[in-house]
Amino acid sequence: MALRDLTAAEQVAALAAGETTSLELVDAHIAAIEADDVEAFLAMDADGARARAREIDALPERPPLAGVPIAIKDALSTRDIVTTSGSRMLEGFRPVYTATCVQRLEDAGAIVVGKTNMDEFAMGSSTENSAYKNTLNPWDHQRVPGGSSGGSAASVAQRQVPWSLGSDTGGSIRQPAALCGIVGMKPTYGAISRYGLIAFASSLDQVGPFARTVEDAALLLRHMVGRDPMDSTSLDWPEPITLPTATDLAGLRVGVVEELMGEGVEPGVRAAVDASLKAIEDLGATVVPVSLPSALSGLATYYVLAPAECSSNLARFDGIRYGHPVEADNLLDQYELTRGQLFGPEVKRRIMLGTFALASGYYDQYYGRAQRVRTLIVREFAQAFEDVDLLASPTSPTVAFPLGDRTADPYAMYLADVCTIPVSLAGLPAISIPCGLSDGLPVGLQLAGPAFSENRLFDAAHALEKALAFDTRPPGLAT
Amino acid sequence: MSAFEPVIGVEIHVQLSTQTKMFCGCELSFGDPPNTHTCPVCLAHPGVLPVVNEEAVRRALMIGLALGCEIAPRSIFHRKNYFYPDLPKAYQVSQFDIPICGRGEFVALREDGSELRVGITRAHLEEDAAKLTHLGGRRAGAEESVVDFNRGGTPLVEIVTEPDLRSAADAGTFLRQLRQTLLFLGVSDCSMEEGSMRADANVSIRPVGSHEFGTKTELKNMNSFRFLERGIEAEIARQTEILEAGGRVSQETVHYEPETGHITSLRSKEESHDYRYFPEPDLVPVVPDPAWVDELSAGLPELPLALRRRMVGDMGLSAEDALVLTESPELVAYFMEAAALADPKACANWIRGELRAQLREAGTEPWESKVTPAHVAGLVDLLEAGTVSVPAAKEVLAGMIETGDQPAEVVEARGLGAMDASELAAIVADLVAANPDQAQQLRDGKDKVLGFFVGQAMKRTGGRADPQSVQALVREAVADT
Repeated sequence: MALRDLTAAEQVAALAAGETTSLELVDAHIAAIEADDVEAFLAMDADGARARAREIDALPERPPLAGVPIAIKDALSTRDIVTTSGSRMLEGFRPVYTATCVQRLEDAGAIVVGKTNMDEFAMGSSTENSAYKNTLNPWDHQRVPGGSSGGSAASVAQRQVPWSLGSDTGGSIRQPAALCGIVGMKPTYGAISRYGLIAFASSLDQVGPFARTVEDAALLLRHMVGRDPMDSTSLDWPEPITLPTATDLAGLRVGVVEELMGEGVEPGVRAAVDASLKAIEDLGATVVPVSLPSALSGLATYYVLAPAECSSNLARFDGIRYGHPVEADNLLDQYELTRGQLFGPEVKRRIMLGTFALASGYYDQYYGRAQRVRTLIVREFAQAFEDVDLLASPTSPTVAFPLGDRTADPYAMYLADVCTIPVSLAGLPAISIPCGLSDGLPVGLQLAGPAFSENRLFDAAHALEKALAFDTRPPGLAT
Repeated sequence: MSAFEPVIGVEIHVQLSTQTKMFCGCELSFGDPPNTHTCPVCLAHPGVLPVVNEEAVRRALMIGLALGCEIAPRSIFHRKNYFYPDLPKAYQVSQFDIPICGRGEFVALREDGSELRVGITRAHLEEDAAKLTHLGGRRAGAEESVVDFNRGGTPLVEIVTEPDLRSAADAGTFLRQLRQTLLFLGVSDCSMEEGSMRADANVSIRPVGSHEFGTKTELKNMNSFRFLERGIEAEIARQTEILEAGGRVSQETVHYEPETGHITSLRSKEESHDYRYFPEPDLVPVVPDPAWVDELSAGLPELPLALRRRMVGDMGLSAEDALVLTESPELVAYFMEAAALADPKACANWIRGELRAQLREAGTEPWESKVTPAHVAGLVDLLEAGTVSVPAAKEVLAGMIETGDQPAEVVEARGLGAMDASELAAIVADLVAANPDQAQQLRDGKDKVLGFFVGQAMKRTGGRADPQSVQALVREAVADT
């Protein structure tokens, strides 16, 4: 078995047993990145990673994740490693500080090998909005990996790293995980510090793990959760994240969100999800239909709130203190030329949408109203969780779509997140696990739980993962 | 007599003198080299987040409590969005519809002792912008502008008043006493010159008796109370002239040029920004523990108004005494210490009068001098006991300023004790005999000439004689001869 085929937990074990070294692991993964590239990375730090691996190999006491490589979405600030958030606006930008969540993983011994491709400022569902390049879906190079964390998802599916970090605002971890046939997890809002995550929509943004097993996702999350004094919205974590061990789902009540199983869900996706629901029942759980009447209003709500926040969050990018200003005769022209030339079309579209939604005279009609719908959605989830322990739905209504297929139609692209957005609006944890294939492409099942139910989610997802026995290896990947 | 009445409200920005900035750990500084107190947070690097400075919240609450404001059980921050190089995030984190301090009232005392009541609309927390310096000309004409981010992120409290003021003088009185109150709270340096306190005035006029408001203009950025008062006066005059000529005042921001006394228009409000306020998602609501608020309330220092009322009501001071003695917390403390030991009214007179006058020459304040409040009390006691005369007491004071010795020691060392009655009588008899013309004038009822004898007696005794004793003795001596 090649080193790159080991899960992160297996790598930890192999290192502890002295069967391999951190340097060997780092070399093997860097070689994998260089050998069969799916254009997952925007920047590599091969030298830094090797230097760090040597240091860790020399340590007498090994921290818990010592020596295991990881890839980081380019939306996360990494000191001295170019961080662009997929935008020309930050081309060549080397941050002066490292995001808290990355720092925590480094403190635990993880080794950052590079930064992954993404939709510009995390706005998109295919990674095609990257200002730099398209990332290819490891299962079919003609197709998108999903987005916005497409590079992080593809790198894990392609076995270039055992795990990676993404960020999820409306589905940007779960949807690419589904499209790439791996596990992606968005924790409860506030679980992981956002300090160092380049903001898209602050009230929705959350960092989370990609991995090929539920166990790895739990292991990675374990080392990131908890309050950070640099992020006022981060939370004290009530209990440690435990590694999942459940083998059945006895006694669990799982609700199937009716509104997310209807129109727009591809038959192949529907079939794979239905099969998973059957498997859930076979594991001892009760599956019941649940209604979230406002769930389908989630998309519209999201496309008011997220652009509103982004219009403000992205206002700092003026090329003056960092980035590259387009020189002009006066200040206003400089702002306009810089932002006009260095932001991509989707980013501009959302800035315009958000600016409009917050404009005096329209605020109540758009932003205010969207906030009220969001509150409604929060309540509907709370109500649903009075009856069931977890909610199930497809992660994405479709499998990976061909590159270029939806780039001309923003609304079609937005629909990719119709199942994931309601959960984001409610700030709840959700995991996507691969649950089958449709025409040879992976289908993701989304399981969502109440706030702080991460351990329950991991346990259920783990039991189901074992039962489904999905093979995460893309067909074209050499063994 | 003008047929118009001015209506004035003010907005005051107060920089809090906390150790660190509003949302990051950078130290506050004034006068340090530019851009030496910055970090990724206050420079708005990608990915950073604000964290509220608890000390700033504490001070904002103290201000709110001192102004009698309703304290919001839960207040939130908003983003005020606009592009300018002094605002690195391109939004200012401020408060909008739920400020930390709501309605309140401030009572100032005019010099004539009458009360000036000013409604407080709100007081909210926000962050200051960075400092822009325009090189080679003003704004549009400048060749180059440079930014110093040291100031960016300094905690500010913005206090907004109701349009309750009716004259420039009242505006000045209110602002001076508000400043004094803030100094007593110890929350800010309140330096108009250094910009740690800034005041804008909204000015309009309306026909006397009208209850409608006229169109207001905003008088910006005055760096002294005097200029602000003059500016308001000039603006009232300008608006009056416009209305009397049948014109209309346009809503705009105006600037007072102290050199010329002219009002100039800065920019028309018509081009004013849409700030697109929305709740700051990076911060959680400010929910001060009621017990904490109670504790802060109980721990507030005695404020100038209460002090003045106590000084006049319980201590027998004049309104003017009280106004002068509450100028600064230090002076109050100094006076109170002396007044606890000797007659308060006499202490007040000596401190605000002779002591400050003598110290002014040295350019120092009472609490910085060698004269302690106990010294002042001792001196007052000596006067009361008749041990020293008033003129001698002034010399004793001079001696104490010089040496820091006890008043009795100075009296002893300089021989300033009141004179033995017979000794003084002999001197007076001498004087009367030597100046028969003046003695006769006195006999003729010309009391003015008494001053002449007192002056002579003082000269002879080196100021040790008590003027009143001298007067009595002169009358006796004149009657006897």
